[in-house]
Formats: sequence, C-alpha cells, structure tokens
Amino acid sequence: MEHSIIDPVRTLGNGRFGAYGGRYVPETLMAALQELEQAYAAVRDEAAFQNELAGLLKDYVGRPTPLYFAKRLTEQLGGAKIYLKREDLLHTGAHKINNALGQALLARRMGKQRIIAETGAGQHGVATATVCALFGLECVIYMGEEDMRRQELNVYRMRLLGAEVRGVGSGSATLKDAINEAMRDWVTNVRTTFYILGSALGAHPYPTMVRDFHRVISKEARQQILEQEGKLPDAVIACVGGGSNAIGAFYEFIPDQNVRLIGVEAGGRGTALGEHAARFSGGIPGVLQGTYSYVLQNDAGQVATTHSVSAGLDYASVGPEHAMLHDQGRATYTFATDAEALDALKVLSRTEGILPALESAHAVAEAIKQAPKMAKSDVIMVNVSGRGDKDMGILRKEMDLKGADGR
Amino acid sequence: MPINFTKKPGLVIYLTAGDPDLATTKAIAIAAIDAGADVLELGVPFSDPLADGPVIQRAMERAVARGVRLSDVLSLCKEIREARPQAGLILFSYLNPVVRMGMESFCSAAKAAGADGVLLTDMIVEEATEYLAAMKQNGLAPVFLAAPTSPDERLKAIAQHTEGFLYAISRTGITGAGTTLSEDAEKLVNRIRQFTSKPIALGFGVSNAEHVQAVGQYADAAVIGSAIVAIIEKSTPQEAPAAAAAFIKGLRA
Repeated sequence: MEHSIIDPVRTLGNGRFGAYGGRYVPETLMAALQELEQAYAAVRDEAAFQNELAGLLKDYVGRPTPLYFAKRLTEQLGGAKIYLKREDLLHTGAHKINNALGQALLARRMGKQRIIAETGAGQHGVATATVCALFGLECVIYMGEEDMRRQELNVYRMRLLGAEVRGVGSGSATLKDAINEAMRDWVTNVRTTFYILGSALGAHPYPTMVRDFHRVISKEARQQILEQEGKLPDAVIACVGGGSNAIGAFYEFIPDQNVRLIGVEAGGRGTALGEHAARFSGGIPGVLQGTYSYVLQNDAGQVATTHSVSAGLDYASVGPEHAMLHDQGRATYTFATDAEALDALKVLSRTEGILPALESAHAVAEAIKQAPKMAKSDVIMVNVSGRGDKDMGILRKEMDLKGADGR
Repeated sequence: MPINFTKKPGLVIYLTAGDPDLATTKAIAIAAIDAGADVLELGVPFSDPLADGPVIQRAMERAVARGVRLSDVLSLCKEIREARPQAGLILFSYLNPVVRMGMESFCSAAKAAGADGVLLTDMIVEEATEYLAAMKQNGLAPVFLAAPTSPDERLKAIAQHTEGFLYAISRTGITGAGTTLSEDAEKLVNRIRQFTSKPIALGFGVSNAEHVQAVGQYADAAVIGSAIVAIIEKSTPQEAPAAAAAFIKGLRA
C-alpha cells in the first residue's frame, strides 16, 4: 500500500516494515500519534531519559535477567544445548514490564496523568498498573470478559495495584475487543490520556517504540551467550502473540544470518479458522487496529475469532515487523498446539523446576521439537517471556495430574 | 455527481447495510431519500468498528452475524441507485473489507454500483496515495474526515483531497448521540473554511432537529447516524422505513 501525500514528521523512519505497518486510524488520533512520535524521538537518544530507564530496569525491574543453561532438559532431549533467557524472573513476572516502564516514563515526560491500556493474559495490565502506581498515574485497563475469567488472579492483582479494570463483552471478549475499547477511550480522551499499548502492534510509532523497549532482551542475551559459549546461538525461539517478546529476543540477532530466528504462534485446537491464532499459517495481509499486517480473516474481510489456551497469544493479527521478517525469510514462524504447549510446560517444570507462562510454553514446545534434530554442539536460546503463576487456574482445569505420571 | 446540498442544511443519513436485513435497508434508504436525505451513507458491516459507539457497533455485529458482505452492500447500492437516481450515495467502510477485495477492484465495483463517493474511516491522507489514484480513475469522490484535534497543516491536506464534501467530526470521541453539541464543532468548521469552499458536513452527536438547526448556522450539512440506527433497532422491519422517514422529516422542522 502506497502512502505519503503530505510530508509528515516521521523522525523514526516512515513507520513501515517493508510493506507492513503504517497508520490506519480515525483522524482524531492522528494528532496524538504525531505528538507521541515526536516525544519518543526526543527521548530515544537522550541520555537523561535512557539513564533513568536503565536505572529503573536494573533496580526496580531486576535486569539483566540470567541466561540459564537448562542442563537436565538438554540431557533429556539429547541434542542441542538449551539456554533459557529468564524474562520470567522480572518484577511482575513477564517481559511486559520493560515496555510498560518505558512508556510510562514517556507519559510522565509528556505531562499525561491518565493512562489506559489493554491486556489479554493480564501481564501487560499488571505491568501497566504497577508502573502507574510507581509514578502515581491514574490507570484504566481494558480486558475481554473471557480473558478476565481465564486470568482471574491477574484481574485481582491489577485492582490491588489501584487500577480500574473494565471488562469488554463485545466480539470474542478477548484481546482484540479490549484493544477496540481502549482505542475508543483514547479517541474520546485523547488530549489528556496516554495509551500504553502492550505489544509491537498498532499504528506508527508503537511497533518501533515497543520493539525498542524490548531490544534489551537480545542485547543482554547476545553478550551472555558469547560469554558462556563463546559463540552466537544457532537458533533463537520465542512465542508470538502480538510479537513483543519475540521482536525483543530477535532484534539484535537479525544481522547475524547464521542465527535462525523462530517464532511460535498458537496452534490452538486445530487448523480451522477460529480454532487457532497462527496468523502466518492461516492469515493474509490486511488492516486491523491501525496497522497493515497478517490478519486472520474470512474471505469477506471480517476478522476471525481466535482460540488459544494462552490468552496472551490469542490475537488475530501480528506485529508488522514480524510480517516483514516472515516475507523476507529472515525469521520462520511455526506453531504449537494447546496440547503441545501444555506438555512442554510440564516437561520444563519437571526437568528444571521452572514453570513457564503458557505463552512461553509454546516456545519451549518448539525447542523440544528442534533440539533432538540438532547437534550436541549446537545452541538454542529460548525466551521464557513470563512465568506460569498466572495460569494456575487454567492449568488446574486443563491438566489432569492424577494418573500414571501425575504424582 | 449528485452530491448536492440544495436545502439548508443538507442531510446526510447513515445506515448500516444489512441491519436488520438487506431488503429492509433498501426500503429504509428509499424512504429516507423521499423524506429529504440529500446523501445516504451505506455502512459496510465490519467485525471491529473501533471508531463507532455502541449503537452502530451493535448494528454492525447483527449484520456481520447475518453474513452481510461488502459485495452485498455493493449490490444494495446498485438497487438504491436504480430506484432513486437523484440521491447522493456514499459507501462507508473500515479498510479491511476493502483491502480484502483489493483497492482497484473495490473502486471500480463501487463505480459500477452507482456510488458517488467513498468514506474509509481508518484511511488518513498520508496513507491514501493508492486509494486516491483508484478513486480518481473511477470518478469517485473520496470523503475524508477532519477532527477537532487535527492541526491546521492536516486540515489543509484533508481539505485538498476530500471531494463531494468534507466530514467534520463535532468532538473527540466515537459515534453516538449526545445531548448538546460540542463547542469544538463550530470552531472546527470555521478553521476548515480557511482552506476550502467545498461543502462541510458535521457529524458525531447530531441527533435531533435542534442540533440540525444549530449545525445549519455554520455548516452545509448535518450527518445523522446513531440516532437513526437506534430507531431501526427499536422498530420491526415492517415499521422501520416509516419510522425512519418520520424522524428525517422532523429534522428540518
């Protein structure tokens, strides 16, 4: 899709990732997006802002996260060495805090006192509620009612942190619908409100800005693996919902052509439309919620409902930078089914004592498939984007621990 | 090009195509034109209408659930055009159904269906090169929106590229009825006037005769959407055309 009629201020590039990205929003939001773009461009290379962010990432969030060699898992699989990037050890339990903190600092800089956000699995909502508490900002979180049911504990956590959680019952009552409501709120209150978008999605400059706040994952990992193994990983594996943890884990490795980048989408219950959230297997390019990217949709252009056992991967579109990496062949995108993710979660819990989030378990499932096919000298890095505490309610329903392997 | 606001103020009436069903939308459309609508906006149902408020969102959900497609709306447009050649007809859509059909195919199909113009609610001028070329090639009017938050630089570009009329949004927010019109509305229309002599229609929150009269003081036309969709929602399919017509007749009273 061609663009550029008037010459807008686009200090971060043109907001395009190949053919993807751009800005497809109601006119009311354009001034806010331009204001955000300019504000972000101003702090992107500003030492004071970056130092404040780095200080908080270290002392409040807990960076750098370890790169952990999963010895028992490696031995069990009998192939490539598996390293885990431990984003699950961050404050609030997932990578989401990197971005929420960065955007909240920017909101404060812009003088916006009211924050809105959307959340699927709840991790972005918890991270946003946390940073709003930290900075004393008003916080409203939109969440699909289906997700509120699935992630009850996180809803409670957000409320405990002082956020107002507004349930969204329209559509599939999941992340997509929560984003629609957050955007409606933003359109209405655009002059006073900062929208902390939770993934590398949406209209420019969000995909670039969110990626920049998560780059730290691969920046650390690259240095850590060189120290520990003396070489780069042969493969980096991350789960892909909107794609924020994956783009953060991939980004610094993109120039290293020998590092395979593998994104894992939600294969759900099956390959029929509506049963999964595997955009690169079943989607085609289209426009959803401000950006041009792969979208699960029917042949009339209606956005499809999705399914995943993991609320954080249950989204009909995907960040535009991933769409570009897919088309370029620089990253490959596969999927793990609900059953495979649940199995992987059990395997990692029992070999390493690490209970990953259901989202991250999709990445672990791919590592379980890949490692035995690779040489013992090969190295796989898996981004464990979050921890599984939030998923206890689902796990208790989905996994029957009584039985042969259950004690 | 029948986009013409002969009466003061002009009336642009929005209908969600296929709510409650395509045949009823056709009957309402004809009744609306006969009752004094200068321009009809036919809304293409979409699963994620993020610029719309609850009334139009519900109408879109009902139409999507019935399986109404962009191709059905184009057929409906053709039927209305045949029945009422003098009316202004605009297709209103979110981008994705159009992108799915293909921009070129959509524009030529819209022309063949007798549409005068197109309004894409999530298409901004910066992204519109390909769209504008396809619209021009087919002799269709691209209607752009302007918001109270749009700075002058944007208003200028919007005014330059819009055809038929310019749709001024009365307030920041989503579609839906309001009790009073925002002070932003008149200010915005006056700001736009600096850049164009094209007709300006004002919408969002315009829902009764008092509003229409107020809008007529400074704009060329009023856009009524949610108020009429709400009447349709409350009526049976048999009652809806007469109820819509009675409402529209009352707007200029």
